[in-house]
Amino acid sequence: MSIITALWALGILAVIFGAALGYAAIRFKVDADPLVEQIDEILPQTQCGQCGYPGCRPYAEAIANGDDINKCPPGGDTTIKKLADLMGVEAKPLDAAQTPAIKRVAFIREDECIGCTKCIQACPVDAIVGASKQMHTVIVDECTGCDLCVEPCPVDCIDMVPLASSIERWKWDLNAIPVKVLES
Amino acid sequence: MSFKIASSPHQHNQKSTAQLMKLVALAAVPGIAVQAYFFGYGVLIQLLLAIATALLCEASVLALRGKKVKAKLLDHSAVVTAVLLAVAIPSYAPWWLVVIGTAFAIIVVKQLYGGLGNNLFNPAMAAYVLLLVSFPLPMTSWLPAAPLQQQSLGPADAVCTIFTQFSCSGYSISQLRQNVDGVSMATPLDTLKTDLAQGYTTTESMDKPVFGWLSGEGWFWVNLAYLLGGLFLLQQKVIQWRIPVAVLGSLFSFSFIAWLLSPDTNASPLFQLFSGATMLAAFFIATDPVSASTTEKGRLVFGALIGGLVFVIRSYGGYPDAFAFAVMLANMAVPLIDYYTQPRTYGHKNKGAR
Amino acid sequence: MPTLFQQIQAGKVWDFHGGIHPPSRKERTNQKPVALLDIPDRLYVPLRQHIGVAGKLLVKVGDRVLKGQALTQADNAMAVPVHAPTSGTVLAIELHTSTHPSSLAEPTLVLTPDGMDEWRPRKPLDPAVVDNYTLLERIQESGIAGMGGAGFPTHIKVNVKQPVDYLIINAVECEPYITADDMLMQERASDIIAGIEILVKLLSPKAVLIGIEDDKPIAAASLKAAIGQKDNYFVREVPTKYPSGGEKQLIQLLTNKEVPAGRRPLDIGIVMQNVGTAFAIAQAVLDDIPLIHRVVTVAGETLAQQQNVLALIGTPISDLLTACGFQAEQRQRIIVGGPMMGFAIADWSVPVVKTTNCILAPTEQELGAVSEEMDCIRCSACADACPASLLPQQLLWYSKAKDQDKLAEYNLSDCIECGACAYVCPSEIPLVHYYRVAKAEIRETQREALKAEQAKARFDARTERLEREKQERLERNQQLAAQRVAQQQASGQAAQSAAAVQQALERSQQLAAPALDKAQIIAERERKKAEALAYQQQKQQSAATESAPAQTEAATEDPRKAAIAAALARAKAKKLTQQEPETQPETAAEPTQVEAPAADADAKKAAVAAAIARAKAKKLTEQEPQAQPDSVAATAAEPAQVEAAASDIDAKKAAIAAAIARAKAKKLTEQEPQSQPDSVAAAAAEPAQVEAPASDVDAKKAAVAAAIARAKAKKLTQQEPEAQPETTAEPAQVEAAASDVDAKKAAIAAAIARAKAKKQQNSEPL
Repeated sequence: MSIITALWALGILAVIFGAALGYAAIRFKVDADPLVEQIDEILPQTQCGQCGYPGCRPYAEAIANGDDINKCPPGGDTTIKKLADLMGVEAKPLDAAQTPAIKRVAFIREDECIGCTKCIQACPVDAIVGASKQMHTVIVDECTGCDLCVEPCPVDCIDMVPLASSIERWKWDLNAIPVKVLES
Repeated sequence: MSFKIASSPHQHNQKSTAQLMKLVALAAVPGIAVQAYFFGYGVLIQLLLAIATALLCEASVLALRGKKVKAKLLDHSAVVTAVLLAVAIPSYAPWWLVVIGTAFAIIVVKQLYGGLGNNLFNPAMAAYVLLLVSFPLPMTSWLPAAPLQQQSLGPADAVCTIFTQFSCSGYSISQLRQNVDGVSMATPLDTLKTDLAQGYTTTESMDKPVFGWLSGEGWFWVNLAYLLGGLFLLQQKVIQWRIPVAVLGSLFSFSFIAWLLSPDTNASPLFQLFSGATMLAAFFIATDPVSASTTEKGRLVFGALIGGLVFVIRSYGGYPDAFAFAVMLANMAVPLIDYYTQPRTYGHKNKGAR
Repeated sequence: MPTLFQQIQAGKVWDFHGGIHPPSRKERTNQKPVALLDIPDRLYVPLRQHIGVAGKLLVKVGDRVLKGQALTQADNAMAVPVHAPTSGTVLAIELHTSTHPSSLAEPTLVLTPDGMDEWRPRKPLDPAVVDNYTLLERIQESGIAGMGGAGFPTHIKVNVKQPVDYLIINAVECEPYITADDMLMQERASDIIAGIEILVKLLSPKAVLIGIEDDKPIAAASLKAAIGQKDNYFVREVPTKYPSGGEKQLIQLLTNKEVPAGRRPLDIGIVMQNVGTAFAIAQAVLDDIPLIHRVVTVAGETLAQQQNVLALIGTPISDLLTACGFQAEQRQRIIVGGPMMGFAIADWSVPVVKTTNCILAPTEQELGAVSEEMDCIRCSACADACPASLLPQQLLWYSKAKDQDKLAEYNLSDCIECGACAYVCPSEIPLVHYYRVAKAEIRETQREALKAEQAKARFDARTERLEREKQERLERNQQLAAQRVAQQQASGQAAQSAAAVQQALERSQQLAAPALDKAQIIAERERKKAEALAYQQQKQQSAATESAPAQTEAATEDPRKAAIAAALARAKAKKLTQQEPETQPETAAEPTQVEAPAADADAKKAAVAAAIARAKAKKLTEQEPQAQPDSVAATAAEPAQVEAAASDIDAKKAAIAAAIARAKAKKLTEQEPQSQPDSVAAAAAEPAQVEAPASDVDAKKAAVAAAIARAKAKKLTQQEPEAQPETTAEPAQVEAAASDVDAKKAAIAAAIARAKAKKQQNSEPL
């Protein structure tokens, strides 16, 4: 008898709590930032396509669908770490291990440019200006250093040059200062 | 001629860690001397044993870890740890006690945590706790102060006792602990605790010969000597005033309140301040920079916590003295204390971060 | 409770947290008069000596400039000009090591003084009669930027809209050794007060507070004497403690106010100027002497004569040291600025700039040898010394971990890099260096974040644009196709060619989205090509009458052509290098053979020769079926040669052709035989060429030929994939024949042949 009472009590409680929880789930539903948006926020937005996807957002979608998080060389370890936190997975080393340590930007050797516009089409962020059969040039400030324009150039006149160090961007690397020896 | 490049500042006050540690060791000298006078030459032998063990352990672990052995040994932090442990254990404790303790302090508590600067706990106190819980008998076998001793012990006796547990004339430790009346003597704090548990009042208990003026016979002078050393450290700006003041202040306040409420069951505040390891702990142990709090307010909280814990354990705990436990518990609380006592940065309204 | 102002009036001075007391060693230099130096042999005037941007250069190499003449012009609010420190000739404008911790090279004007020290005309102003705007203009034109250290343009700092309560004149000079301001005050107190009066006119503050450390009694007395009975001028002697000369610390000392984090002193009604800046303002306004010299303390035990000197801006530091009897040590440290915040230089040819207040050449023992960095023992001596109440030991921990979030949480940005923490650190950790690196990295991260945001915006805009263009193109293509079909039918065209065009259109539409914009470019090119062809025909007719050598000359004279030729050569070289070594000799030999005739006058012959050469090349390369990449490269190289020939006729056409050819060549090399999209893209390029001549007279024939050739090629390749050498030879022959008729045809044929070759390669099993 007491067993039956207990069962009843438990059953009724279960129903009540279930209803309460169900109601709360609908009533207090939090519209979380969709995962893709969150991932896209973390990605560096260089739109370089080195991950194999055309741009950062497509890669974000791919990650949301279970792709690896270590395919973003511009983002580096920081991005991987953040992605790992977000996705709740283990952070792993960068897929393409050859991340350039120094930041680079594209540079067009202008006297060699034939004005084919191929690099303009390749640039994901429209950082190359020029017209057909006119010399092209790279807007250094807009260049993300993604490398995508180098391959299409038919005459190989695009170089990835290290960003010139300036006093504003200097990172206190005292060891890099050449020591000058004077005769005295 | 070539130019030398370095980052500013180019000037330094030339007060190095090694110098600070040397000053700490130096400041302990009067205390050690008084301790040797009242409790025998044993303490000096314990010191030598501890220092030798500490240096040996430190050097071998550093070598194993591939660090620069000489540079790190010369920071003298191992010596300070050894000194603090050696003066904390009974003068005639067996030799292996101090060796085990020092090795544990250096190898486990300090180096396994990453070496100087990375240890969570005060190495000397952690080792003391290890010894106390593992070997309670030798760790509490303090001899009575010299004036109460039945047999006076010379340096040779000290060596014999520490290495064989029998003095040169063949007395065992328990025999040595007997006073002139042939009664085995405990430390003042221990005696008081036992007596109170048996229903004596403090005044009745204090009539026993183990108690001298203000506190235990001999113990008062030892504490006074360490207080002097501590004042020297303060004057040299090796330590800041906050931790010792907070430790002593809170111990005093708690015991004062308790003593006011019930003078029969509580020792006087001054007795508390000059008994056991109070001064040594307040000036030399709690101020260990590595394991103490680093903020100004945090140091006050840290010190007060130690003082409070000491009082609680002395009065209600199972052990007569409690500094090792109190310091270790406070060490554990340091990250929390530090986080919640961050100073207000210049130009910021609310307190620090958060 | 007295108000703040009453307290200040009563002479109250507050205190700030932390601080240190390093040995000041000022007595070595503060009792000797400021020495004057000979004009040096060379002056190196950096074009930018302040925070902000450099002005526009006004002089050129070889110009003679007069003393005080502006060398640059402020074309921007954040720019201040630099001036010729003496008369002389501009020797060069070049990159010279900067007076900056980085020792990076900056644009610098090198001046050879002529020793005459001849002034430009000077126009002193009377501050009592001119308006504020004129004063501000004069301050900017005189190149005045904060002389305390940072070098912020003064005209911006004193051009305020908000009311100003206190003008604080910073005469603290708390760093050890430095006495430049001290000596200036001792010698030129009345000028300084005149400068302060100009600042008062500009800012109209409630009171002027002059903060000076109590170890400079003579300077304080001279200032007080110069002030006389003026109302609301207060000289406040603050206790000697480093860093009481820091802007924020001095504000706290004198007014008990704190500048809120991330704000400026102006936001709490305070403007601070260095005493040296006040002097410079007085000189600029009253005497029209721009900022061309400054007092510099030259100190350190390696010098025979430690003293203050009046140095021209641009004087190399080596000159200053030599003039003071410098005896170098083996590993000499030379510090620009004081021992606490100055920086060591790697090259002593760097010049004195507007912010240089001290040159320090200490002996090894003098400042204490730097010993090795040890582990932090968390003694928090640094926290006790920090004037900003930071927790340096925590910041060190997070700096090492590069945890930028935590660094922000522990307010790294409030660190003023005074060095007090590192000075007291018993483990001798260079704390400030860690913070500087961390700060630079945080700045970089912020820049990157901003850039990523922009890049994203640009990427989105581009994606949208491409989408739009794709739609537009689709519509246009359909229209064009309809037109063309109508045209061709009207002229009684063979159905084949129409079909070919149709086919081409369909294919181009089948292209994947990324390829679509390429198709657009191709369409554009087609149009241009049609024009070019018409032009070329015309030219050919006229050229027929001209002699052959004349044409070649014209060809070589045209720089554009030369450029194209160069481009072609590069393209070839690229291809060639990609080839495997064993095929290289053969193929490499060919281009030269073809090029020789290309230089010839007769375009037709050249084309024919080219075609033949190609045919050969093909055979050669295809005879080695296993050398797949080689043959690809070889075929890619060929078209370029045809174009070389064509370039003799017309540069434009050549350029177009070259571009196309290269494009194809690229594609070819990129192709992996089995990859479907590539072949589609290649096919798309093909019709483009067929279409171009379609507008021409001979177009029909060509188109027919092309269609036939394609058809054959397809059949052949589909039939027997293994019988390659034979089949490839065929199209080449077709081309050769075609090229006999006309150069244009040759080009077309070449294109077709190439297309075929591609297909073959595509269909070729691996």
